[in-house]
Amino acid sequence: MSDTFFSGAPHWTWFIIPYFFVGGLAGGASFLAAVIDLFGKPEDRPVVRTGHNVAAVGAILSGLLLTIDLGKPLRFWHMLFQSENLPAIMFKPWSPISFGAWAILLFGLCSVLSVLGARAEEGRLQNPALRAVGGTVRGGVAKLVSGAGGLLGIFVAGYTGVLLSVTNRPIWADSPWLGALFVASGASTGAATLILLGPRRGATEQAVHRLSAFDTRALVVELLILVLFLVSLGSVNRVWLSFWGLLLVVGVIGLGILVPLGLHLKPTSFGGLAARPIANAAKLVLLGGFLLRLATMLASEGIERYRVAAGI
Amino acid sequence: MPEPMGFFTDTTVCIGCKACEVACKEWNQLPAENGGIRELSGDSYDNTRRLDGIHWRHVRFIEQFKGPYDGRWLMMSDVCKHCVQAGCLEVCPTGAIIRTEFDTVVIQSDVCNGCRACIAACPFGVIDINPVSGTAQKCTLCYDRLKVGLEPACSKACPTDSIQFGAISELRTRAQKRVEQLHAQGVQANLYGADPNGALGGLNSFYLLVDRPEVYGLPRQPQLPASQLAKSGSLSVASAAVLGLLAIVGLRKRRMDEQSRGGPGNV
Ligand code: SF4
Ligand code: SF4
Repeated sequence: MSDTFFSGAPHWTWFIIPYFFVGGLAGGASFLAAVIDLFGKPEDRPVVRTGHNVAAVGAILSGLLLTIDLGKPLRFWHMLFQSENLPAIMFKPWSPISFGAWAILLFGLCSVLSVLGARAEEGRLQNPALRAVGGTVRGGVAKLVSGAGGLLGIFVAGYTGVLLSVTNRPIWADSPWLGALFVASGASTGAATLILLGPRRGATEQAVHRLSAFDTRALVVELLILVLFLVSLGSVNRVWLSFWGLLLVVGVIGLGILVPLGLHLKPTSFGGLAARPIANAAKLVLLGGFLLRLATMLASEGIERYRVAAGI
Repeated sequence: MPEPMGFFTDTTVCIGCKACEVACKEWNQLPAENGGIRELSGDSYDNTRRLDGIHWRHVRFIEQFKGPYDGRWLMMSDVCKHCVQAGCLEVCPTGAIIRTEFDTVVIQSDVCNGCRACIAACPFGVIDINPVSGTAQKCTLCYDRLKVGLEPACSKACPTDSIQFGAISELRTRAQKRVEQLHAQGVQANLYGADPNGALGGLNSFYLLVDRPEVYGLPRQPQLPASQLAKSGSLSVASAAVLGLLAIVGLRKRRMDEQSRGGPGNV
């Protein structure tokens, strides 16, 4: 019996689950945007810009969700500064929730700067102050900001899983693979978002195909890590004998990974979904990414402490 | 600097009167649950059920009966363990959780922002949110009373001295003597959390138990949450590196394809 069954549930539910999903997706999109920005070609710019936009909106939304979820939302800044010792910084490198708060802040900053840079480049900024800031984010600086944003983005996607592992809760602390799993899911959902939104910002068909080819590989990595995650849980796997287990198998593995993989590799076998295989696969990947957070969070949250373990 | 202080709870003399629960609630002015309308749990005499933000003491009732007249009651007054290496203190991102001069662990309610990381980090399920304050709360080992030389309200109220308060070094000696006494009587008794070289560097609230820790709802080998950090972090970095490589390889492949087709592969 795992010792994790004796701990208490933190009630991280209806704001934190969307936060983990949005943060992962935004982080993955920013990571891909940075890689394409640094290693791609000028015709990939629309994808890069879409990535920065998704990252900026996602980072702001993540910060809001995280703040609303606090018992005392107005004290959110206590995670960043020592409330009794201003302006000293509050930072614990061994506590994911502490360094994660900083990561989201910096991720949001880089993403917003990248968006401003791109808008200034396109001449779409009216406000003089914003235009001045955007004007500084060009050339080498723009690449640097984009690269930093990408690294921070994938960090944000993964730290949420590490945060869960650095607890004493069932499932989360019983496996070291949750961070890696959320990284892979962040990458796959990030790519899926770019596939769906990229064309509106002028992404070419080839660019979308390349994103979809990447998504296929990311889904294979995700599936592999998911298997390793389940194997590492050992006897704790019995918690999946519940609705959440069904959701994991049908929703996450089936609909969220295997069907999109099938749509990428052999679309003709999927009837109606085959009409727009890439877009439909992307939608399913997003659904799977959300259900992954939902199942892993609520399966653990729902375990009634003590009694299960002690059998009393 | 005062000596480390704490509790030694001898579960063999607990009579389940809950005086400790009441004294704790009174002294710390903890609100009633559900507006004072108590739902009966149907679980023995235990209607408190767990430690949380408004129950900082909890008397467990464990019925071990093979037949109507063949069995025993185990009773244990549970509380925060004031771990020497405390998981809650380790993860708290606001610095609200501090170690006091008495080596106890206290949450400063005016600093806590209710992120609830400490709830998931505590191996014993001690902390929860107090709905009145909106912050995480738990036993303070009556820090306010200790400051003025008083003993905590619960141990003061305990009529059988099942809960004993004192300097940890002295409590350990006393506990060891009690174990020897029980062994001499043929009772299987063990100390839980008394070993400074054991899990979490020892617990400043430790117990004498007569069954396995799990029976009392206590983990066998409690861990610090950050023990997972290095492994979980490295695996995450490795997977990010693999995905980054896959993305770069995809872009390179395109360039090579274009070059082999004689297209514009010059970026
Ligand atoms: S028992 Fe839990 S709440 Fe108490 S000090 Fe240890 S980790 Fe913190
Ligand atoms: S809920 Fe309060 S005491 Fe607990 S970790 Fe968060 S800030 Fe710290």
